Amino acid sequence: MEDLELDYRRGLKDGIPIALGYFSVSTAFGLIAVDSGCTAVEALFISMFNVTSAGQFAGVTILASMGTYIEMALAQFLINARYALMAISLSQKINDKFRGVKRLALATFITDEIFAVAIGQDDEVSAAYYGGLSTLPWFGWAGGTFFGAVLGNIMPDILSTSLSIALYGMFIAIVVPPAKANFKVLIAVAIAIACSCILFYVPVFDGVSSGFAIIISAVIASAIGALLFPVDDEDGGDAA
Amino acid sequence: MSWSIFLPYLAVMAISTYLIRAVPFVLINKKLENKFVKSFLYYVPYTVLSAMTFPAILYGTNHILTAAAGFITAIIIAYRGKGLLIVAVGASAAVFVTELLYLFLG
Repeated sequence: MEDLELDYRRGLKDGIPIALGYFSVSTAFGLIAVDSGCTAVEALFISMFNVTSAGQFAGVTILASMGTYIEMALAQFLINARYALMAISLSQKINDKFRGVKRLALATFITDEIFAVAIGQDDEVSAAYYGGLSTLPWFGWAGGTFFGAVLGNIMPDILSTSLSIALYGMFIAIVVPPAKANFKVLIAVAIAIACSCILFYVPVFDGVSSGFAIIISAVIASAIGALLFPVDDEDGGDAA
Repeated sequence: MSWSIFLPYLAVMAISTYLIRAVPFVLINKKLENKFVKSFLYYVPYTVLSAMTFPAILYGTNHILTAAAGFITAIIIAYRGKGLLIVAVGASAAVFVTELLYLFLG
């Protein structure tokens, strides 16, 4: 039992920076949700039950235009399809006791950042650690949304703009160390960025949504990486 | 917005998002053996985060130059091996300072 508690606490601590990043990003979401016609409580509910930045931003847009339920479902599947990839990846990283109901309960917390921190652990990940890691970010995400919806208007624009970059800073902090240490990762990252830029800047691809662009870029770059540089168990296969 | 309109949308949204996470997470119980699949999944987190960050980060602030300042600052701090929070705060500070410069000089 002590190990469980230790794991949970270690997770809680590792979740602090994610929670801070989430608070700032979800503040922006709270503002947008209210602009789209939601009440503060509705915005809070969206964040409590979805915990996905890009998906929620798209969701309130569809909500505001009274889109169809099919459109809403398709948009979420498409934008959040990367979570399926992460869930599979995470299933390889967690220990044997982390299955069944524990997975059903914690699946909601497969987010870009929580996943990235979990996958970056040296050892196998326990349900207790993953639960601890998810706790504060969830409160940060929900709390920031409510804060943004209720009080965000009094925050100076320059401050919220500065905080909005925090999330990207976290992504960079996760990607740079392995890319620096491992040439294969660097190549895969470079390919992903090249694809992402092509989809963003080349006019032919204007119709590709940002969520779908991420999926396409990640699949192409990961496939090329896997074909050119298959990962052996001894050089980081445990992270897969 | 009334609850009778809002709640069905919320349900569709939350269930879709939950299923896409939970179904693969619960169904896959064995360690994967296929080398290509294992290698592919090894690269996924890094390629997803990279594609999400660039070029979107350049349009996350009021001016592309302040975003670039935040981006470069984050790369430098991360390259020096600092943790998540320090990189995030450093990037935010760089944007804050350069946005202030824009305000006063621009």
